[in-house]
Amino acid sequence: MSLQIKNIRIVDPSCNKDFVGDIYIENGKIVSSLSSKADKIVDGKGKIAVPGLIDVHSHLREPGQEGKETIYTGTRSAAKGGITTVFCMPNTKPLIDNAPTVEFILLKAQKEGLINVFPVGCATKGSFGQELSEIGVLKKAGIVAVSDDGAPVSNSQIMRRTLEYTKMFNLPVISHSEDKELSKNGVMNEGRNSTILGLRGIPKQAEEIMVSRDIMLAELTGGYLHIAHISTSGSVELVRQAKKKGVKVTAETCPHYFTLTDDVVKVYDANTKMNPPLREQKDVDAIKQGLADGTIDAIATDHAPHTQDEKNQEFDLAPFGIIGFETMLSLVLNELVDKKILSFSEAISKMTSNPAEIFNLNGRGSLEQGSIADITIIDPQYSYEFNKESIVSKSKNSPFLGRQFKGGAVMTIVDGNIVWQSS
Amino acid sequence: MSLNCKDLLGLEHLDKKDLQTILGSVKLFKSLFTRSVKKVPTLVGKTVVILFYEPSTRTRTSFEIAAKRLSADVVNVTVSTSSIVKGECLIDTGKTLEAMKADYIIVRHSLAGAPAILARNLSASIINAGDGFHEHPTQGLLDLYTMYEKKKKLERLKVLLVGDILHSRVAKSNIWALTKMGAQVAVSGPPTLIPAGIEDLGVKVYYDLDEAVKQVDVVNILRIQLERQKENLFPSVYEYVELYQLTKERLRSAKKDVLIMHPGPMNRGIEISSDVADSSNAVINEQVTNGIAVRMAVLYLLNPKRKNESSN
Repeated sequence: MSLQIKNIRIVDPSCNKDFVGDIYIENGKIVSSLSSKADKIVDGKGKIAVPGLIDVHSHLREPGQEGKETIYTGTRSAAKGGITTVFCMPNTKPLIDNAPTVEFILLKAQKEGLINVFPVGCATKGSFGQELSEIGVLKKAGIVAVSDDGAPVSNSQIMRRTLEYTKMFNLPVISHSEDKELSKNGVMNEGRNSTILGLRGIPKQAEEIMVSRDIMLAELTGGYLHIAHISTSGSVELVRQAKKKGVKVTAETCPHYFTLTDDVVKVYDANTKMNPPLREQKDVDAIKQGLADGTIDAIATDHAPHTQDEKNQEFDLAPFGIIGFETMLSLVLNELVDKKILSFSEAISKMTSNPAEIFNLNGRGSLEQGSIADITIIDPQYSYEFNKESIVSKSKNSPFLGRQFKGGAVMTIVDGNIVWQSS
Repeated sequence: MSLNCKDLLGLEHLDKKDLQTILGSVKLFKSLFTRSVKKVPTLVGKTVVILFYEPSTRTRTSFEIAAKRLSADVVNVTVSTSSIVKGECLIDTGKTLEAMKADYIIVRHSLAGAPAILARNLSASIINAGDGFHEHPTQGLLDLYTMYEKKKKLERLKVLLVGDILHSRVAKSNIWALTKMGAQVAVSGPPTLIPAGIEDLGVKVYYDLDEAVKQVDVVNILRIQLERQKENLFPSVYEYVELYQLTKERLRSAKKDVLIMHPGPMNRGIEISSDVADSSNAVINEQVTNGIAVRMAVLYLLNPKRKNESSN
């Protein structure tokens, strides 16, 4: 199977290229020319080809919570958002703390998935934060990073050991930075709005204390620390200073943290409830600044599907999390590129070449010759309203329902195959 | 005369004119109380459901009497707190009551925003009778009315709220109502019980109660939940009493005619000494009486909108 995409603007941040030309794909790889006539030719006029988007933070819910999402539905949702690779977090049931679960997910993804699915393994057995999981065995089974995500390692000794032990496997440790005692019972950002709404607050320091601790432990151990979904100006500054000092730390944020503030919680809509919570304008500004100056390396979705019944109840009772696959690219384009926070190429790098480099995804995140042919085709003129009816994910819990977007994915190619295109 | 809204979820959403409208109506309804027949036919044929997810005697009784004096049919529904998590979900309960053609649902809930969620999903009029740490609008209104009745003004009236501001829906509703009417509001309590960003609502904060009571016109004392001590929000009841009990002694620096209020139920000897509670400055029982008139006014002024209602 070979494919030619003609007359398309090619933007490849991995090698700083931006030109109009053709892309040739043969046997799932990007090549300089085809050995024979293309099996399929796509006209790329007016469109932009970028390396396939890589989302390093998502929850696919399978196994165990298939009512919210499955590998089948989740990968289709991601493909529609132009995403060709997702990392799935280990808080499934059972947890991804054993090789058979890794193998199950990989097998299921191969059978029913539309895009690449890379599991993240638990840092500790059962994510209890007590004993290291069998990280070597998990790595062999196919994990790309370790994390206890929403059940973060609170014991500093265990976190030290995790950062130390993973060094020999070259596996990044993803930290969901949260001091669980300080955030206890909190459901939104602590401040004026939590006071007015009468909801228990989560102070920014609950995140920053752990960002700070983990940076210090990364410095101590030389382990590779990746901070997940940073949401506060303080966290941005901590990562900025750590990078200056030469600590091996990278960071990601999510589209909602550079788009929304806790003002949107106002009507107790649980689609605005996520962890970490939406913060204040100065945090949104700091996140944008951090993206612009390179402190924040990556943009991920933290796609966290929950059913409508779970979300349509008292704010305190609703679970944390929002879906994100189908809005990430458009939010990046509208909130960062259109508002001149990042250039188009810089913005794309946060979802392609940077995550590929951080997590050693060889052959991905690039359109260079020899790369795996994961490609996202963007139509900058594509205007649409994001609404429930159009959502492919099994869950509909998004604070962006009803929002108008301009610019988005119109075709997604994985391993040289067109897995999704807009109708 | 009416409010231009279907629900009463909080005083945050009302403006000065609305508050004046309510105060005017309260006065009229209160004048009925001295008549031999206290009942008026205003809500004949209307159904009022009182849906309480939290134990309450005072507020529930007050709403029930208010609705009955307006000639509404009143139904009480009490849901045990444990079923919030286990039993039927809030919206389904609301929809069931709506299917029974409830015109008003008066809801008390331990979680903030529960009335707002009902209001969003139902066409019946929702009245918030206290939700979590959010608001208790009818309490705020009855406090406001009582202050106005006694002091004849609200503009520049100096009001002090004492105690657990963090967990107090009464404090929140008082702050909204009073600041909108031009009163000067201060709060006093330990820093651990003062919520973040409270100054942004136009409120002065005093940790020292002796300092705070100086020259105030009204002291509204909040009930302290003793279990807050277990959350390390204060070290002991003994120390709380030492620092924050309103005593005769402490009141010496307040104005002579200072008004003493408490939303009840009181912990005598903890947040308030008995001699203060029973003093001639205290209007705690009048607050209860005014509560009925306030709730009648609210029921009268709201506009229940019913989908597919046949004309009558």
